[in-house]
Amino acid sequence: MQTSTADPLLSVSGLTLHRGARRILDGVDLSLGRGETLALVGESGAGKSTIAVALMGLLRPSEARIEGRAELAGEGDLFGLPERRWSGLRGGRLAMVFQDAGAALNPCFTVGSQLTSVLRRKLGLGRAAARARAVELLDSVGINDAAARLSAYPHQLSGGMQQRVMVAIALACNPDLLFADEPTSALDVTIQAQIVRLILDQTRARGASCIFVLHDLALASQSCDRIVVLYAGQVMEAGSSAEVLKAPRHPYTRLLKSCVLEIGTARLEPPAGGVPPWEEMPAGCRFASRCPRALPRCAGEKPPLTQEGGRALACWNPE
Amino acid sequence: MLLMALKKVLQTVFVLFIVSVASFSLLKLAPGDPVEIMLGSEYSAEAHAALVRQLGLDQPLVTQYLDWLGNFVTGDWGTSYIARADIFTYAFVEALPVTLTLAAFSLGLAVVLGVPLGVLSAVKKDTAWDAGAAVFALTGTAFPSFFLGILLIWVFGVKFGLFPVMGFVPPWEDFWGGLYHMILPALTLSTYFIAMIVRLTRATLVEVLAQPYIAAARARGEPGWRVVWVHGLRNIAMPLVTIIGLQLGTLLQGAVLTETVFSLPGAGQMITSAVLGREYGVVQAGVVMTATLFVLVNLAVDLAYPFLDPRLRPR
Repeated sequence: MQTSTADPLLSVSGLTLHRGARRILDGVDLSLGRGETLALVGESGAGKSTIAVALMGLLRPSEARIEGRAELAGEGDLFGLPERRWSGLRGGRLAMVFQDAGAALNPCFTVGSQLTSVLRRKLGLGRAAARARAVELLDSVGINDAAARLSAYPHQLSGGMQQRVMVAIALACNPDLLFADEPTSALDVTIQAQIVRLILDQTRARGASCIFVLHDLALASQSCDRIVVLYAGQVMEAGSSAEVLKAPRHPYTRLLKSCVLEIGTARLEPPAGGVPPWEEMPAGCRFASRCPRALPRCAGEKPPLTQEGGRALACWNPE
Repeated sequence: MLLMALKKVLQTVFVLFIVSVASFSLLKLAPGDPVEIMLGSEYSAEAHAALVRQLGLDQPLVTQYLDWLGNFVTGDWGTSYIARADIFTYAFVEALPVTLTLAAFSLGLAVVLGVPLGVLSAVKKDTAWDAGAAVFALTGTAFPSFFLGILLIWVFGVKFGLFPVMGFVPPWEDFWGGLYHMILPALTLSTYFIAMIVRLTRATLVEVLAQPYIAAARARGEPGWRVVWVHGLRNIAMPLVTIIGLQLGTLLQGAVLTETVFSLPGAGQMITSAVLGREYGVVQAGVVMTATLFVLVNLAVDLAYPFLDPRLRPR
């Protein structure tokens, strides 16, 4: 896929990931410029979260087999790094906000200890300095009475508060790249927009890049610079948010978009049919079995991801 | 929080009351008339009546119970006619510390060996190491401890002469000497517990390590050892402490056999000989001591819960 800037922060090529015999990701290409926000969009099972977790190096070799490259500026190929180097990057240059903050905060430790331990280890701050910085961070993510909250346990906070704490932890060491894995799906609708806003504002203020994992195309196009549409572990289409939403070229993107529009007319049906079971996954384009524009070759031959004017598309029969 | 603790304490007091009633009944239900035993084969009806009055046996049962309870609490536990000794001194001052030492060493050994082995199995799940630990754990639970004791005596005591095979040295007088004498008995008694703790640690930790907060801890760059030993272990403290408390009863039962095999003058051996000699007073003392110990330890476990899991603390 075409790099959006001459000097990308991250460029992933041919990322293929197997869990047992299942090919969860099938040759994913992405790239991300500095300060850019990218949305990974698709139905559940598209492999969006898996991409985030794999790029954070959180998958153990026993859990998944990874092929391909992921170049992070200044580090080289992430998948070639030893575990020691990975854990140096995590919490430092790479950070992640998890889906359900209530489950992602350790119930046995206070908010303060989970926040200050990052600051002390990564930035080498002393106890008092780490505490002062922690209060600033909680304050910056909109938590009132931050000093008192440090001694609170996660269960004593509301869901929105927990996610704010999660964001504060992720931003603690000014990461270059933040992964946000459906950060709002466990929250009330009223708070969702606030949290998305918070993450975008905070990452932009720090000049950081952000990869948002979302299943909502409308939210993705509103909040992110660029969109990558995934289906069953394959990239279908990618490009700037405005262009992809305005003129989708891949039949799957069109299907996703039609779902967005149908919500307006009170039809909340998932895209027609569903992702086929792994045993019946087409060898070529994985969307072939559901595609209204499928050609005979689609199911057997995987279309290459071709670049055209800042957009990328993998389809034998685009619109 | 204080209210919750008070409730637990009251519960414990009630359990102790049941224990005391049961122990009191033990003497009442024992076959034979104690007065006849004390008077011998020839006695007059007046002497019998006088002794009955002297022992308070003509009083209602409730009064007798309260008298007995008062004596028990103040350390007047009667006299053993076989050992010809004061039961309180014999059971509480001499025998109980031996058993407590054995239990403490065994428990310590079980935790020190069992937890790391379980953690390693959980981390290296489904590897040869994990399988090996599982076999060890299964053997450990299935193997009768007295047989292991005899085996250990034969190998380390008789064959190589490395460790003493009998006798007790109080560790509060000579710690290393006490430890030296305790190694084989503690190993014998704790095999079962090591195995159990290995399995429990593995099972609970495997579940905890799959939790999002573990991935999140790794995602903020916590080093691998801290993720497992701090974030993981802290979350299995509660089941671990619970099982240790509940298994204390099994440990005390096991002490009976272990003390017999290693000739340790503890409460287990005391109860064994008292049962064989039909010394109900001593049996009663043993029952009350072990039951009380068990109940108190589990009270401690209950009271520890809010410290182990912050979610159990009232807001």
